[in-house]
Amino acid sequence: MTTPEALRAEASDAASAFPPLLAEAEHLATTVLLGEHGRRRAGMGDAFWQYRPAQPTDEARNIDWRRSARADAHFVREKEWQIAQSVMMWIDRSASMGFSSDKNIPTKANRARLIGLAAAILLFRGGERVGLTGFDLPARAGQMQLMRLASALSDEDEAEYGAPIARGMLPHSRAVFVSDFLGDIAEAETALTDAADRGVRGVLLQVLDPQEEAFPFDGRTIFESMRGGLQHETLKAGDLRDRYLERLAERKGHLADLAHRTGWQLSTHHTSQSAAAALLWLHGALGRHT
Amino acid sequence: MWTLGPLGFTAPWLLLGLIVLPILWILLRAVPPAPIRRRFPGVALLLGLKDRESQSDRTPWWLLLLRLLAAAAIIVGFAGPVLNPQEQRSGDGPLLVLLDGTWADARDWPRRMERTSALLDDAARRGRPVAIAVTTDLEPDLTMQPAESWMSRLPSLAPQPFEPDSEALLDWIEGMEGPFDTFWFSDGLERETREPALQALETKGDVFVYQTPRPVLGLGPATFADGQIEMTVSRSSGAGPGAVTVQAFGLDPAGVERNLAQIETEFEPAARTLDVALTLPPELRNRISRFQLDGVRSAAAVSLTDDALKRREVALIAGREEREEVDLLSPLHYVRQALVPTADILEGALDDLLIAAPDVIVLADVATLSPNEIDVLSGWVEEGGMLLRFAGPRLAASDVSRGEEDPLMPVRLRAGGRTVGGAMSWGEPKALAPFDEDSPFYGLSVPDDVVVSAQVVAEPGPELDERVIAELTDGTPLVTRKILGDGQVVLFHVTANAEWTTLPLSGLFVQMLERLAVLTRPERPTVDDLAGTTWAPEEVLDAFGQLNEADRLNGVEGEVLAEGTLSAEVPPGLYAGEEARIAVNVIKPDTELSPAFWPARIPVEGPSLDQERPLKGLLIAMALALLTVDILASLLVSGRLRGPRSGIAALIALLLMFPPGAEAQQGGELSEENLAQIATSEVVLAHILTGDPSVDEVAEAGLRGLSNVLFSRTSIEPGEPIAINIERDELAFFPFLYWPITADQPLPSREAYGKLNRYLRNGGMILFDTRDADTAGFGSGSPEGRRLQAIARALDIPPLEPVPEDHVLTRTFYLIQAFPGRYTSRDVWVEASPPDAERAPGMPFRNLNDGVTPVVIGGNDWASAWAIGARGNWMLPVGRGAAGERQREFAFRFGVNLIMHVLTGNYKSDQVHVPDLLDRLGQ
Repeated sequence: MTTPEALRAEASDAASAFPPLLAEAEHLATTVLLGEHGRRRAGMGDAFWQYRPAQPTDEARNIDWRRSARADAHFVREKEWQIAQSVMMWIDRSASMGFSSDKNIPTKANRARLIGLAAAILLFRGGERVGLTGFDLPARAGQMQLMRLASALSDEDEAEYGAPIARGMLPHSRAVFVSDFLGDIAEAETALTDAADRGVRGVLLQVLDPQEEAFPFDGRTIFESMRGGLQHETLKAGDLRDRYLERLAERKGHLADLAHRTGWQLSTHHTSQSAAAALLWLHGALGRHT
Repeated sequence: MWTLGPLGFTAPWLLLGLIVLPILWILLRAVPPAPIRRRFPGVALLLGLKDRESQSDRTPWWLLLLRLLAAAAIIVGFAGPVLNPQEQRSGDGPLLVLLDGTWADARDWPRRMERTSALLDDAARRGRPVAIAVTTDLEPDLTMQPAESWMSRLPSLAPQPFEPDSEALLDWIEGMEGPFDTFWFSDGLERETREPALQALETKGDVFVYQTPRPVLGLGPATFADGQIEMTVSRSSGAGPGAVTVQAFGLDPAGVERNLAQIETEFEPAARTLDVALTLPPELRNRISRFQLDGVRSAAAVSLTDDALKRREVALIAGREEREEVDLLSPLHYVRQALVPTADILEGALDDLLIAAPDVIVLADVATLSPNEIDVLSGWVEEGGMLLRFAGPRLAASDVSRGEEDPLMPVRLRAGGRTVGGAMSWGEPKALAPFDEDSPFYGLSVPDDVVVSAQVVAEPGPELDERVIAELTDGTPLVTRKILGDGQVVLFHVTANAEWTTLPLSGLFVQMLERLAVLTRPERPTVDDLAGTTWAPEEVLDAFGQLNEADRLNGVEGEVLAEGTLSAEVPPGLYAGEEARIAVNVIKPDTELSPAFWPARIPVEGPSLDQERPLKGLLIAMALALLTVDILASLLVSGRLRGPRSGIAALIALLLMFPPGAEAQQGGELSEENLAQIATSEVVLAHILTGDPSVDEVAEAGLRGLSNVLFSRTSIEPGEPIAINIERDELAFFPFLYWPITADQPLPSREAYGKLNRYLRNGGMILFDTRDADTAGFGSGSPEGRRLQAIARALDIPPLEPVPEDHVLTRTFYLIQAFPGRYTSRDVWVEASPPDAERAPGMPFRNLNDGVTPVVIGGNDWASAWAIGARGNWMLPVGRGAAGERQREFAFRFGVNLIMHVLTGNYKSDQVHVPDLLDRLGQ
């Protein structure tokens, strides 16, 4: 049971993480320049597309008199068709994402949140709607949605390893899954195929700590998962390195295979690297198929 | 104490702990290194992986061994192991501590005193009465006293530069009331006293002996042969390192004692003696006053030289050179023969010879001299020359010194001389009478076959009697002498050849020449040579080889001296007689140093034989080192040397293993160009390195402080001060040198003096600071003051005066009248103003338009007052409270004035004329 005081302290803690996260995400987002992405055909929108000769079906108020005055025929001014796309995000908030091997390296969760939020900012600027999978936060646009996103992402998940949630996605929308994908691969596979079945395509971003890639351990060691639920004891950790790396490569290969089959895009990001690179890739990957 | 070979244990029961080691082995073996818990999300991937080998669940054997060794080292260490444990001397009766106390003891006297003091401690614990005696300085009626009362007397014990008198020692031992045990500190040399003394002591009780096995070194007297100086270095045993350095000391032309020559040589293995030969030019050779074995503190390592090494220059002039003669008839033949082995002979014209400044001029049968020659010769004699004249036919025939005494003749002569025992005369040739006691020849024995058949005869007179130094049996003077100024004129009333007498044929002739100091004494004087003479000690050696003035010693008779036995009355040293000086050295030509051997029944203890050495610290340190290695090894085994935070562990382990060692060497000395560049790019104050690091540091800090003050208050903006080595660095770049004087500063070399003088003449300034104004007034003979005198002797320093009130130094920047540093003495000296300086009418100052004073000398320790530390704080306190700060302020003001004076010269002196000039321009 939480007392009001504890609740308030927790709340202020959570809130305090907020503005920096947002600020950082905003900052990160400014590194990517973009314009509104038009549909490349005439439709509803702000940007000029073309003048076309007026048809008899056109209403008189649609005629652009300024253009028509310069010629004998009447012209109608058409604007580019702009529609908003829905992007559903799933950012892994499980305990395993809370790992960081060095105090100079952010936790995986932090990095994942940052990239997700920055991507959201970019998408908002592009006029898209962003939401979270599941039914917590449907896709919407606007500054308020950004606040809601940030607040939702600040929550931690109780689970040891995260499993993607494929529910609540609109058909043919886009999706972004950010996780370390170290948990049960079968759940990820299910979620992904579900999404693909609904015509949802998107991006998988695997966030890993450099230590998870290198396995620089030796000697007698007991490895524990972040909540202590899983344990593995070895007498000679150095001996396990090759086999661990093998398994990691296998896992990545599995993911790549999955992505290939469903038409999703996959990239691996290390927390020791710059977040901007991952964001750039993410942005590019989202825009590629739209 | 429980001993095991050379090892002893103070707490042997602790060694039982070693039994635990095997148990420890089993325990340690069973316990694997503790696992590390690591949070790692990747564990999901690890599940199901099995270890291929299960090696590290047991501690590796080498780690076990390491730990066991550490444990063993700790156990053994705390058991108190002692290498070569000293047997505790048992016994409760009275104890006599007998020290040989000869010169051979001097080299390790402090160690002997330490051992004695340890003995006293032991005796005090056991309540044994003790007596301490030195064989060379026996105290009659010595009684046993409590050990504590001896403690305070230990520092007054000192070795003597001679060996004990055997009879006195035996008598003394007989006189001691027994029974008592004896602890005998032997000096390690065999002498005949040993055996009987040992026996006498053994009748009183047990005897223990302490003896150093290191060989005793001695330097024999220097002799001159075949153009080189020869010496023998001897040692008491053939063991040990054989390298020796023989140094020759003497006064240099500036009157400073210096190491004039040095020869490094080495004993053959097992050889007991070593011959050393040294070839030196005569000029250098005559300067040598002593030889010394470098690094040996003992009277035996010093060999004083006397006249034996000095080769006198003798000029020979004969009156009848033009005659073609066979050698044996030459008037100079016998003199020359007598002189050649031991003196340098000059022959030629009198004028040329005088330029060479000979010690002695021999005129053989030279009658008349030109008035000019007489003047020159008289002057030379009065300055200390010795004119030795022989008679002969020409002198007999001339009118020299006939009616009136010739200044260059000791007596008046009768016309013609006399002939006795010739073919045409009555009487026998006359023999020589024994020499008088007043005569310098006293003690020489007269051979029977020396006769005189012809001579010139002295005119009787009131002063004749005292001028005769040798006469014939009938009382006729044979040799007369007259003192003239500092020199003397001696006349042999016979020829220098065998024409008139057989004297030149006899050995007596050579001895007489030697007594007259015409000859260099060739060998060690015999008893006969010295019979009847008295020698006053000038300088004596103490047992440590230090030369001291001999003020309170009585004169020594020649016979005693010739005998060569050293004693308290005849310590080794330099003895001066009437004409010559004799060096008495510890080591005689026939001295042989042989090690003392003790019968097997006597326990002999020596410092290096079995010095007690506790090993506890070593073992504990070893255990700590092993444990440190163990830390590293454990980290390695358990994988903590890799992975996160391993860097810290490794760093800590390394720090443990290698504690911060010596700091990196300082940047080294400035190269020549570098120095020139730094010193000339801006004004730089410099100080001279004294060799004393603390003084140098203060000097540098002081100049830095002064530089700061100059920078902030004046337009002078000096750079970092520079330390100058006068032997190596160029001085011309520096307007100002600060030279703190320490008592043991080495004298500059000749080249350095040249540089300094050039520096002073070209307008440089040196501030000499003896830093002793608190204890000494200027020139009052503090050690620093004396050193400054020695250093400044060869410097081109003008006449000095205390800073006058109107000196420009008092107003170059601040108006000051006192020049305090850390001390506030008023004795600060500068170049004296010219005597004709006068005060211009209406002017407050005299017209002193001369240059900058080249030296400022004082003892106020200015650098200490100026010195600032690395953080800008004062390095040293000055005075007390506000008054002290004011004093420091004035010290800085003096410094500012001084540097202003150096850089602007007498500009301020000129300023006083400005009103005058303005006055004139206005009209």
